[in-house]
Amino acid sequence: MSQTIRVRGLEKSYKELKVLRGVDFEVARGSIFALLGSNGAGKTTVVRILSTLLKADAGTGVVNGFDVAAQPAKVRESISLTGQFAAVDEILTGRENLVMVARLRHLKDAGKIADDLLERFSLTDAGARRVATYSGGMRRRLDIAMSLIGNPPVIFLDEPTTGLDPQARLEVWASVRELASQGTTVLLTTQYLDEAEQLADRIAILHEGKIIVNGTLTELKQLLPPAKVEYIEKQPTLEDVFLTLVGADSKDPR
Amino acid sequence: MTTHFFADTGVLLGRSMRHITRSVDTIITTTIMPIMFLLLFVYVFGGAIQTGSDSYVNYLLPGILIMTVASGISYTAYRLFLDMQGGIFERFQSMPIARSSVLWAHVLTSLVANLCSVVVVVLVALLMGFRSSAGLASWLAVAGIVILFTLALTWLAVIPGLTAKTIDGASAFAYPLVFLPFISSAFVPTDGMPGPVRAFAEHQPVTSIVNAIRDLFAQQPVGTGIWVALAWCVGILIVTYAFAMAAYRRKIT
Repeated sequence: MSQTIRVRGLEKSYKELKVLRGVDFEVARGSIFALLGSNGAGKTTVVRILSTLLKADAGTGVVNGFDVAAQPAKVRESISLTGQFAAVDEILTGRENLVMVARLRHLKDAGKIADDLLERFSLTDAGARRVATYSGGMRRRLDIAMSLIGNPPVIFLDEPTTGLDPQARLEVWASVRELASQGTTVLLTTQYLDEAEQLADRIAILHEGKIIVNGTLTELKQLLPPAKVEYIEKQPTLEDVFLTLVGADSKDPR
Repeated sequence: MTTHFFADTGVLLGRSMRHITRSVDTIITTTIMPIMFLLLFVYVFGGAIQTGSDSYVNYLLPGILIMTVASGISYTAYRLFLDMQGGIFERFQSMPIARSSVLWAHVLTSLVANLCSVVVVVLVALLMGFRSSAGLASWLAVAGIVILFTLALTWLAVIPGLTAKTIDGASAFAYPLVFLPFISSAFVPTDGMPGPVRAFAEHQPVTSIVNAIRDLFAQQPVGTGIWVALAWCVGILIVTYAFAMAAYRRKIT
């Protein structure tokens, strides 16, 4: 089976408000799939249903071969969720957060797993500090590191870069790319077009509770008339300026 | 899944106990109000109160212990509320762990924290002249009642912790509980109260629990009173547990 996530006819209403009106999509094993949509389009609802936190009114979701409604425990063994708000314990240190998750996943050698992940996400120096002292980017990195423990085959990232500064965003992008390169299937939601463009193998646009288009970036671009050729002076973007001024080394967090 | 219940609860208990040990002030603030009342009533009002016992601090301590627990459990609601607000609750719920472990860890932490507070209050009372001739069995019986009462109120605290919309809402429910001992035999004997107040005071749980603890400390025969006290504790525990679990199931589905 090459499709790790299969979603068919997913519907969900909150009282009178129809959030999802029949959502269908599939995500191939080992790929990065971006669910793109504006605020309130229903992206988080899809992720919550697929991560067994919410029950759909109609339709089916299959993750790693398990039905989210019928086999939620099996689904939870296959996934990791990184929600919209960094799900880290602020009072614990970074290392303690990682050890806690490793123990909850019943893994041996939780301490070593924690140390390896701290190293991999450039958090070794901060490992003994309480998370309350971390910057937004560090929290997100720790959050993603916690999601990797136990090597779940599927990772859900719900708006992983919302509220992050440009450097932290690049750091998160690098982590996501590394994940996919190791064979993890990533379902990513985002409201940033460039994020989908940068990361995703396939992009689906969720609008008013339905997927209105679904394809690779090239396919989506072909939906519009061929590009016009214009000659313009290439100005540096503000992001280029910002990153040059604050230091190029931040482009590569590792 | 449930095979991991104890291991998972243990890990999560370790987590919330770290929250307590890293903010010991929560134990201190929990004990400040009961200790203030202890000082106020023993050294200011106590001289004017006729209890029929020779030492007012001996008379007062059981009610103060109830008050300590009642004020302590609001922190349980507060911690649970913070977990719900942040993403950590959802992270736990989306992991392959025994789902009720998340609640049990908070409940056991509440038990440990409240027992620490109770010990602090008892030590202060000893400094103020509290004495008991009670033997080990009586002390264990007192501990048993306090533990049951703490569990009952903790499950009550779980309900606002899960359902409150604001942080104030999560902890405000405890205020009426803190003042319940005033309309009971905790501070003054119920004999002198006017009819309806007396009827309420004599038939509310705090009075029977306070009387049972007082009799145990004083080596008096507890009679049927202790069974009434235990029935109240177990009854409240069953009802609050049922409502808390119902609120929890609504949250996680």
